[in-house]
Amino acid sequence: MSAEKKNASKSGSAVGREGGGLSGWFRKRFPWDQLMEDHVTGYYAPKNFNWFYVFGSLALLALIIQIVTGIFLTMNYKPSAAEAFSSVEYIMRDVEWGWLIRYMHSTGASLFFLVVYIHMFRALLYGSYQKPRELIWIFGMLIYLAMSAEAFFGYLLPWGQMSYWGAQVIVSLFGALPVIGEPLVEFIRGDYFISDVTLNRFFALHVIALPLVLLGLVVAHILALHEVGSNNPDGVEIKDHKGPDGRPLDGIPFHPYHTAKDVPAWVVFSMVFALIVFFAPEMGGYFLEHANFEPANRLKTPEHIAPVWYFTPFYAILRAIPDKLGGVLMMGAAMFMLFLLPWLDRSPVRSIRYKGPLFKIALTTFVVSFVMLGWLGLQPATGLYTILARIFTVLYFAFFLLMPIYSKIDKVKTPPARVTYHD
Amino acid sequence: MTRPFPILVLGALLLAAPGFAAAAGPGFPLQSANADVSNQASLQRGAKLYMNYCLGCHSLEYVRYNTLAEGLGLTEEQVAENLRFTADSPHAQIEIGMPEEDAADWFGLAPPDLSLIARSRGEDYVYTFLKSFYVDPSARQTGVNNKVLAGTAMPHVLWELQGLQEAVYRQEIRPDGSREKVFEGFELVQPGSMTPDEYDQAARDLTAFLSWTAEPMQLERQQLGIKVLLFLLLLFVFSWLYYKELWKDVK
Repeated sequence: MSAEKKNASKSGSAVGREGGGLSGWFRKRFPWDQLMEDHVTGYYAPKNFNWFYVFGSLALLALIIQIVTGIFLTMNYKPSAAEAFSSVEYIMRDVEWGWLIRYMHSTGASLFFLVVYIHMFRALLYGSYQKPRELIWIFGMLIYLAMSAEAFFGYLLPWGQMSYWGAQVIVSLFGALPVIGEPLVEFIRGDYFISDVTLNRFFALHVIALPLVLLGLVVAHILALHEVGSNNPDGVEIKDHKGPDGRPLDGIPFHPYHTAKDVPAWVVFSMVFALIVFFAPEMGGYFLEHANFEPANRLKTPEHIAPVWYFTPFYAILRAIPDKLGGVLMMGAAMFMLFLLPWLDRSPVRSIRYKGPLFKIALTTFVVSFVMLGWLGLQPATGLYTILARIFTVLYFAFFLLMPIYSKIDKVKTPPARVTYHD
Repeated sequence: MTRPFPILVLGALLLAAPGFAAAAGPGFPLQSANADVSNQASLQRGAKLYMNYCLGCHSLEYVRYNTLAEGLGLTEEQVAENLRFTADSPHAQIEIGMPEEDAADWFGLAPPDLSLIARSRGEDYVYTFLKSFYVDPSARQTGVNNKVLAGTAMPHVLWELQGLQEAVYRQEIRPDGSREKVFEGFELVQPGSMTPDEYDQAARDLTAFLSWTAEPMQLERQQLGIKVLLFLLLLFVFSWLYYKELWKDVK
C-alpha cells in the first residue's frame, strides 16, 4: 500500500468520525470511539502479563459458549417432569447437531468453573484483590456465586437420577435453618418434594434470571477493573510511571497486543474443549454422571449421591461437620471467607514473587486443602475420609483466619519500582 | 515466563484421558466387554438377538427404526423385514406391546427401557450381567438368579443359547475359625445351543448394540473431533505466529 493511500484512508476515518457518511451519522449519536478508547484500544494493560492472565478472557469465552449453546438447547428442551428427560435425549439423537450443542453446554459448564478457579488462583498468586482492587474481587466473587447458582439450577434440567437427588440434597440443606427451615424449603421447591413445579421455576431461573445477573456482574467486574487498572505478576502499579503522553510506560494497549496474545490461548482452550466434547464427553462420569442417564425416580434413591466436581470442596466441608446446621453454616462461611480476602491480607507487597516463605507455605497448604476437599467430596463420607475432610477443613479456614498474622510478620522482599519484563 | 501454561495444558489433557472412572458400587467384579461399536456385523447380530429375545419386555424408546437402519448399515426395507416386528412406521420408536401395569404385576416392577443402559451402568455391566445368570432354586418365579444383580426378577431369556450354569463355591475357614462361602466360578450343567465362546460373542454383540443405542452418534462424534482438532492446530500455528510478530516491538 502506498503512503498516499494510507493517508487517504486515515483522513477518511477522521472525516467519518467528524461527520460524513453512515459511520459519522452513527458516531455523532453513539459514544463508540469513546468506548473503544476507554476499554479496548486505549486501555493500557501491563506488558509483563504471564499466561495466567489469559484466564479472564477465557472465562468470558466460556460464558459466551454457555449462552449461545444454551439458547439453542432452550429451543428444543421441554421444562416438564414428564418430558424433560426424553427431550434431552431427543436433542441428542434427533435434533441436527443437537448432540454437539448439548455436549458443548455440559462440557462448557465444567470448563467454565475450571477456568474461573485458575483465574481466582491467579488473583491469590499476585495479590490482585489488594487495595485498590477490592471491588473487582468482590464483583468476581459475586460472579462465582451466581455461576454456582446457575450451575445448580441447570443441573436439575436433564431430570436424571443425579439431577433429581442432587437437587433434593442441596435444597434440603436449607431445612437445617431453625424455624424458617422447612417453610423455606417448601418455598424453594414450590411443592412438598422436587417436582414438575420445581423444574419449571429452576428452568426460569436458569435461562433468564441468573444469566441476566451474571452479565450485569461481568460488566461491573470489567468496569471496576478498567477504573483502577490491571495488576500484574510483579504487583507494582504501572500508573506510577507515566510517559509524557500520560500513558503508563510499562503498559501496552489491550488491543491489539493483549487480544493477539489471548487468541492462541483461546485456541488451546478450544482444543482441550474439543478433546473432551468429541472424545470423552462424560469425562469418566465427572462432567456427565452415569446415574444421570437414568430418568429421575422419586421412589428410588441412588446408592451414592455426589455433586458435580466443582462443588465438591464445599460439599466435603458440609459433611465434615457432624451437625447438619453446623455443616451448612461452615459451608457458607467457607465461601464468605473468600469475600473477606482483601481485608485479611496485611502484606505490604502484592505478588508472591516478593512475599515471604510464610505466605508461600500458607497458599500451598490452601491449594492442597481445596483440591483434597474436592476429591473427598466425591468419596463416601466414611472413616478415614471423614477424618481427612476435617483436617483439610481446618487447614482451609486457617489460611484465611491466620492471614492477618502471617501476612504481617512475613519476611517480604522489596519489589522493583518498575515491572520486570524480558522475553 | 511461558512456564505455567504448558503445565496447565498437560494437566487438562491428563484430565481428559478417559478410563479413570470409578465403577458403580462394590459387588461382583465385572468382566471387560471389549465390545466394538464400529463393527457393523457385530451390531447387526446384536440387534437381531435383541429383537428376538429382549424386545418382548424391554423397549428402546429413544431409538427409531430408521435411525437403526442408518446406524447398522442396513436399508429401511431390511430393517422392516428382519427387525421391525412391532411397529408399522419406519420412523416409529422401538416400543413394546406389553402394558406397563401388567408388567409390573408380573415381574414386581416394569422392565426398564434399555436405550441408555450401557451409559448409565456401563458396557462391562451389561456384558457381565448377560453372562452371570445361574440356577437358584430359591428364586421361585424364574428359577435363576444373577451374580451382578442379585434377586433380579428377570428370567434367563438366553438360556437356550447359553444353557444353564450353576454357581460353584468353596469353603474357606477364616482366622477366627468360622466358615465362609467364597464364589469360585460358574459351571455349565446343561449345555445350550451355543458353545461358551459363541455365547460370549453373542453377549458381546448385544453389548455393542446397546452401546450403540445409548449413543448412536458416538462414531460420528469421534470422526468430527479429529477434523476439528486439525483445524484448531492450524489456527493455533497462525495465531501464535501473529502474536509473536506483533509482540516483537514490545520491549
